[in-house]
Amino acid sequence: MLSYLLQRVGLAAITCVFISALTFMIIRLPPGDFVDAYIANLVASGSSVSQEQAAAMRIEYGLDQPVIVQYARWIGRVLQGDFGVSMVWRRPVSEVIGDRLWLTMVVSVAALFLTWAIALPIGIYSAVRQYSIGDYVFTTLGFIGLAIPNFLLALILMYLGFRYLGLSVGGLFSPEYVQAEWSWGRVWDLMTHLPLPAAVLALAGTAQLIRIMRANLLDELRRPYVVTARAKGLSERRVVLKYPVRAALNPFASSIAYLFPYLVSGSIVVSLVLGLPTVGPLLLQALVAQDMFLAGAIVLLLGVMTVVGTLISDLLLMWIDPRIRLEGRA
Amino acid sequence: MAERTSLAVRDLAVHFEMEQGTVRALEGVSFDLHAGRTLGIVGESGCGKSVTARSILRILDRPGRIVGGRILLDPGAPGETDLIAMNAESERMRGIRGGRIGLIFQEPMTALSVHYTVGNQIIEAVRQHSDLSKAAARDRAIELLREVGIPRPELRVEAYPFQLSGGLRQRVGIAMALAGDPDILIADEPTTALDVTTQAQVLDLLRRLQQEKGIALMLITHDMGVIAEMCDEVAVMYLGRVVEYAPVLELFTTPRHPYTRALLRAVPSILATPRQRLATIGGAVPHPGARPAGCAFHPRCADFMPGRCDVGAPPPLAPGHAGASCFLEVPA
Repeated sequence: MLSYLLQRVGLAAITCVFISALTFMIIRLPPGDFVDAYIANLVASGSSVSQEQAAAMRIEYGLDQPVIVQYARWIGRVLQGDFGVSMVWRRPVSEVIGDRLWLTMVVSVAALFLTWAIALPIGIYSAVRQYSIGDYVFTTLGFIGLAIPNFLLALILMYLGFRYLGLSVGGLFSPEYVQAEWSWGRVWDLMTHLPLPAAVLALAGTAQLIRIMRANLLDELRRPYVVTARAKGLSERRVVLKYPVRAALNPFASSIAYLFPYLVSGSIVVSLVLGLPTVGPLLLQALVAQDMFLAGAIVLLLGVMTVVGTLISDLLLMWIDPRIRLEGRA
Repeated sequence: MAERTSLAVRDLAVHFEMEQGTVRALEGVSFDLHAGRTLGIVGESGCGKSVTARSILRILDRPGRIVGGRILLDPGAPGETDLIAMNAESERMRGIRGGRIGLIFQEPMTALSVHYTVGNQIIEAVRQHSDLSKAAARDRAIELLREVGIPRPELRVEAYPFQLSGGLRQRVGIAMALAGDPDILIADEPTTALDVTTQAQVLDLLRRLQQEKGIALMLITHDMGVIAEMCDEVAVMYLGRVVEYAPVLELFTTPRHPYTRALLRAVPSILATPRQRLATIGGAVPHPGARPAGCAFHPRCADFMPGRCDVGAPPPLAPGHAGASCFLEVPA
């Protein structure tokens, strides 16, 4: 069990190194180096830089060194929280991303829990009562949920929320809290704004997970161990919840790994529509403006988050499935 | 025979309502189970053996439905109960399931959940049918594992099924079936998935347990060797009907139904000359949805009498009496 754990953590670390190398390549991808881009930027805004100044900057940023050394320096700074300077914002990348990263995670995790809270019970119901009226209703709703583009749903919900419930829609904060320092009032304001974006982000994933859960559970319900459990005289409820549902959770847990980055990167359009101060729209802007340090930092963070998500799902699988725990393989 | 009759199945009929039409899986099956005796149920795949077992426990999966007959627990006794009249999910039926009637499975690999320890799954069954505390139920589980011949049961109780061999798993299955202390055991092909040596051990175990506890055993199999070794009486099933019922010795010496004779001919003999072709029964079991008219066996029967066997069905057997449901038994 311990060796499995160490193996997983080790693999995760190695993957992170590869991701960082890839990110570094992306940052260096545009022609010229950072100083060229910086000078071009300054020239565009009217000031100029001498050759000596440029050379001094190159030395200062280590751009005269071999690529490997540059990478090592860059990763060293990244590990200290210094992601470089955003050319568009003219501020350190870490400052630009700042709160957005945490807000993104808050929204994503809220959406994730909402997805599970809706998808699990409905999936179980749909499988146990296959072809019942309820199953058909949920299936229909699920497919509608899959088919409607998220941003459209966001617009509709915003309209309904504003028109009939008088909610302050858009963004994660009321106007008076947008620039405010963190306080209990601001946290509460965040909580009240969270349901709408979380619901919009959760719904498509929910429809998908309902289908996955239903299909998994239908498979498991036919297995002999379910008959064994029934033959013991257990109540049907206990039989279903203890045995097949547990087995059906297995692929469910694996899906966490890619659900997390999906919620972040797949939510760009929704975030734009809802005006959410999350990482998604920032990534879009950075890519359009070729703001490579900012884009690189976001890509790196998304990559690392995916790896962490995978690690979490591995740990969950270990907890769910004793075969993995005891044999170190699925 | 003065044995107590534990369970009487009468005219049991089960239909599966499919989109393609109704499949008559069982059509009037009758037999008795006696305390301390073993009834063998034999027949090809699809003849309704497992459906019979699940019907008795009332755990038949949809779209299967019991459409007729009675399943009497303790027939003739003051507490006689018709299981078919009961709600399958009722407290009382759940008490009978596992508590009076235990089920042993065909597949020791898949019949146990891999997600819980052997102990967890047995303790659950023990506590379902008793008021024992967790600790006491655990002791009982260890005792049960010892009883079915599992070495070092106090360690094995913590093992997961995938850590045990097939033979040990089947023993665990038997221990689980015994957890509610039932007096009737239904074993659905308990040795089919095991190698021959392990088969013999498991059969010995079943016989020993039956003798110690006076259990009424219903042994479902398609293995004539197992029938010969284990059973007191035998019911031969074909397409949802009992076509012959006889004491085991009689069945092997003077089989009366052409289907039984064909089954016995198909058993490979150690006395056969080398390269001799194995006897087979011509054709295949028809799909239960496309049941032949008249006697269902007539298209494959060596003694087929045109104008008789394909016109009407032979009279069903009277329960508890040896005989064959065949026109050969009925004077024209």
